[in-house]
Amino acid sequence: MDNLTEHFVELIRRAATDLPADVEVALIVAGESEEPGSAAKGALETILRNVALAREQSTPVCQDTGTPIFEVYHPVGVSTREIAQCARNACAVATERSYLRPNAVDSLTGKNSGDNTGIGFPTLHFNEWDEETIKVQLLLKGGGSENVGAQYKLPDGRLKAGRDLEGVRRVVLDAIYQAQGKGCAPGILGVTIGGDRGSGYVRAKQALLRRLDEPNPDPALDAFERQLLSDLNRLQIGPMGFGGRTTALGVKVAVQHRLPACYFVSVAYMCWACRRATLVVRGNKASYE
Amino acid sequence: MIHELTFPIYDDEITALHVGDQVSLNGVMTTARDTAHKFLVETYIRTDEPKQELELYEELKEILGGGGIYHCGPVVAQNEDGSWRFVAAGPTTSIREEVYEPEVIRHFNVKAVIGKGGMGPNTLRANQEQKAVYLSAIGGAASLIADAVKEVVAVYKKDEFGVPEAFWVIRVEGFPAVVTMDAHGRSIHDDVEAESKKQLTGLIG
Repeated sequence: MDNLTEHFVELIRRAATDLPADVEVALIVAGESEEPGSAAKGALETILRNVALAREQSTPVCQDTGTPIFEVYHPVGVSTREIAQCARNACAVATERSYLRPNAVDSLTGKNSGDNTGIGFPTLHFNEWDEETIKVQLLLKGGGSENVGAQYKLPDGRLKAGRDLEGVRRVVLDAIYQAQGKGCAPGILGVTIGGDRGSGYVRAKQALLRRLDEPNPDPALDAFERQLLSDLNRLQIGPMGFGGRTTALGVKVAVQHRLPACYFVSVAYMCWACRRATLVVRGNKASYE
Repeated sequence: MIHELTFPIYDDEITALHVGDQVSLNGVMTTARDTAHKFLVETYIRTDEPKQELELYEELKEILGGGGIYHCGPVVAQNEDGSWRFVAAGPTTSIREEVYEPEVIRHFNVKAVIGKGGMGPNTLRANQEQKAVYLSAIGGAASLIADAVKEVVAVYKKDEFGVPEAFWVIRVEGFPAVVTMDAHGRSIHDDVEAESKKQLTGLIG
């Protein structure tokens, strides 16, 4: 595990200073669809120039490097405490190297820890699996987009949203209408139907780890995702809320069992800077996706 | 056409601007976000007479008079000689400062507030009364904007507030932004919200 901290630092660097290819392609396609000379097209062109520059200079795509969310898959018998320690150490090193902004603030004193570690910071989830490799998916989720996330309790009388997919469609559209451009549109939405108030949001963020071009394994939900995306792009909120055709780049829906009394819909909003990267450690060898 | 603006900005330059105009900013301005705004209002404005931090007050009056406030918490790096440089510096969400900004604009005669997502009716009114504009920078365009920051002139309150919340006084060249709230009472944010409300009603009845 000696090198694991260094591998984590590289994972953070890759996530913070570049965008996944599928997201960049979606932004290019979006730019082509906007009216020439419009603020929307201008915004997308600026965004793409910025991504290219960040990649070239190895500097953060966005200064809000967000909450680092690590999703760890590990074989039987591996110490999750050790992995967690490596992740925390790597956050501190990545901050020193300016891949991350110091982002962990004491909620009572307001003091910034200065190294992206703190109580419950970064976020880590561990999953034991049958493979012999350690796989780590990292999502850097910024605060502006986090602030526009929303959770609905169905039925919702105001939105005439019942406990079915049509009800889910209604509240998701409302969430994005409420968000306007504030979460750095065009966004990507992780949506969980069901679960409790805590698990719903956690699962919605995990859904953001899916590639944009990766269909939902459930054909009905896949069709639902496409319908939602098409509806969202009729809202005319546009890139950065300047108006325009591209309000969202993708929708990823997950489902969890719920209590009979509860029907939550949890919407996690990811900004266009959907910074995710994957590390796979096999023995002493690391590879990145 | 891109409007070239250099700080300090004068009233006639502001009234010439309308929503949708692209601007390019030059000169010295300061970053300020949540903690800095709270500090400005509590220390200097909502008080009979400022009694504390008077040296900083004088510096800030100089920078903010006719000047610009950038809602940004940058990623910075320190050079070997101890000076600082901006590594990534996109805008942060502005609406959180709505409770403070109108007072700050009036008290210091700020001419340009730069951020993302737009602000509310009180800032729009302060813009009209004080002749000021709200400019949208492109959210997340952090490396590109850091390139327009040519020099960190000074930093105040870094140790007390932390890096993102400090006042970073910067000299910029060709900082790109769009006028989304002008001094004539127009706001793109209001227009887009109204249009999207209409669309939403069509989609969910």
